[in-house]
Amino acid sequence: MIPTTAKAAARAEAARLSAHFIAAGAVPIDAAILQPADILLDLYGEDIRARAYVTGDPLRGEMMLRPDFTVPVVQMHMESGADPARYTYAGEVFRRQETDDTRPNEFLQVGFEVFDGASAAADAEVFATIAAALGDLPVKAATGDIGILVAAVAGLRTTPLRKAALVRHIWRPRRFRALLDRFGGKLPAPPHRTALLSAADPFAAAGPEIGLRSRAEVAERIENLRIDAAAPPISAEEIDLIDAILGLRETLPHVLSELRDISVDMPAIIPSVRRLGERTDALAARGVDVEALDFEGNFGRTSLEYYDGFVFGFSSLRHANLPPVATGGRYDALTRVLGQGRVVPAVGGVIRPELVVRLREAK
Amino acid sequence: MIKLGVPSKGRLMEKTFDWFGARGVRLRKAGSERDYAGAVDGIDGVELVLLSAGEIPFDLATGRIHLGVTGSDLVREKVPLWDRRLKVLAELGFGGADLVIAVPQHWVDCDSLDDLDAVAAAFRRKHGFRLRIATKYHRLVRDFLQSRGVADYQLVDSQGATEGTVKNETAEAIADITSTGETLRANGLKVLPDGLIHASQATLFKASAALWTDADKSAFRALEDRLGI
Repeated sequence: MIPTTAKAAARAEAARLSAHFIAAGAVPIDAAILQPADILLDLYGEDIRARAYVTGDPLRGEMMLRPDFTVPVVQMHMESGADPARYTYAGEVFRRQETDDTRPNEFLQVGFEVFDGASAAADAEVFATIAAALGDLPVKAATGDIGILVAAVAGLRTTPLRKAALVRHIWRPRRFRALLDRFGGKLPAPPHRTALLSAADPFAAAGPEIGLRSRAEVAERIENLRIDAAAPPISAEEIDLIDAILGLRETLPHVLSELRDISVDMPAIIPSVRRLGERTDALAARGVDVEALDFEGNFGRTSLEYYDGFVFGFSSLRHANLPPVATGGRYDALTRVLGQGRVVPAVGGVIRPELVVRLREAK
Repeated sequence: MIKLGVPSKGRLMEKTFDWFGARGVRLRKAGSERDYAGAVDGIDGVELVLLSAGEIPFDLATGRIHLGVTGSDLVREKVPLWDRRLKVLAELGFGGADLVIAVPQHWVDCDSLDDLDAVAAAFRRKHGFRLRIATKYHRLVRDFLQSRGVADYQLVDSQGATEGTVKNETAEAIADITSTGETLRANGLKVLPDGLIHASQATLFKASAALWTDADKSAFRALEDRLGI
């Protein structure tokens, strides 16, 4: 049971935050609590099944209690065709907790989403509007930029297959590292791989062809493995540059100057670094103290994989074990998947009113 | 009375009876072969409850029984935070089976989880949906694959005859219990060498959620002594 007073305080806070976003130009919208499961599963994979409540409807099939508002909001926006647009929403989201029974399985989210091009100004608008909504709450902001990492990988002097494999695992840091070690020659090819590629007929002991994955698909992958085995390792210098980006953890102006240094050896990141510079200027123009704003090269890599550019979070200064009170970022790639090729640049963030109330009371 | 839950039929029941019997605690069915009432000889304060092996994990988690014998795979699958709610008293050394990931033998390019991950990516691009893995062990398989960084797969539920799903094209790979691998091979499948998710065996568990009266506690101490655990 949630005590009525705590719930009432959270609802009042949600209403205050909604009013703040409406004053910032957002149109209030709503979304159904029950969402079709197939779209969410296709986007997020099995991980979402561990985190969302799945239920069944006799006629509509598998449904999910909304784990967040992002997907329904993007769908609504794409159907409406209005552009540019700013939205706000408030309501419960639901998260299954399999390993930590102290975490709530139902909490409020108040969101602010901006569909207004891929500009640095839109990034800054979302960050500054959310920062202003949090007011003088004792929180610290951290920022990052997945786009720089994506650009760095795309710029590596190696095969397109390797780059695709690395980009795919940006959101799984351990596997990303393992791949980098493999492609950099730090880890030798496993013996079963060497044996496969040296076999006169790889299919000699293959057994019957069963299942949807055909022999042609197996043969195609073996060809790709041959290409990979013949390709030279990614150079130690390039891997050091990737590590330098991942290891960044300083205030924004310092990070910018370090990234400019890195981009001398890695020109592929120049456009994203320029963009970070523009964003820094746009944030400053909105009154954000960028001199004190933290940037972490690794930030946002362990969240659900839809942020692909600017990312940010606001966390309690005193309670390190509390989840962030607000998070957000740019998710153009998600709109590309939902829009079946049509991209609608989008950036947004959410605040958790229960945590705002808690931090304010602790003050 | 301490309630001891034991599988109600088959080899698992017989072997459990043997294990307790060898330690001077005789478990038996009270009446006929078909009767599910149990009896305990050789120690006081312990009551035998014969249950379906699949229900024992839940009965332990909720404290409806004090002690229970079941496969460690079932407990891990069905009881979240099991290691906080249950205590392993003894691994009984039988009922061994491995929960493994198996793929078609003709996938000669796939002999590790790394391969499976790369295959899943290519499969999704070509077929437009995530590579399907049939299993009834959803939680164990998902946690395992997530911790190993495998992506672009989906789990499809299969409560039986899982080895046949690939041939029937309702799944591309499976995660299932096997002891010898015979059934897998007969169905054109092979085990991924690094795809061992859990090595299961019959295990005696203690439930912290059960109500332990003083009498139960002293009966339990006597039982511990007798069993040598």
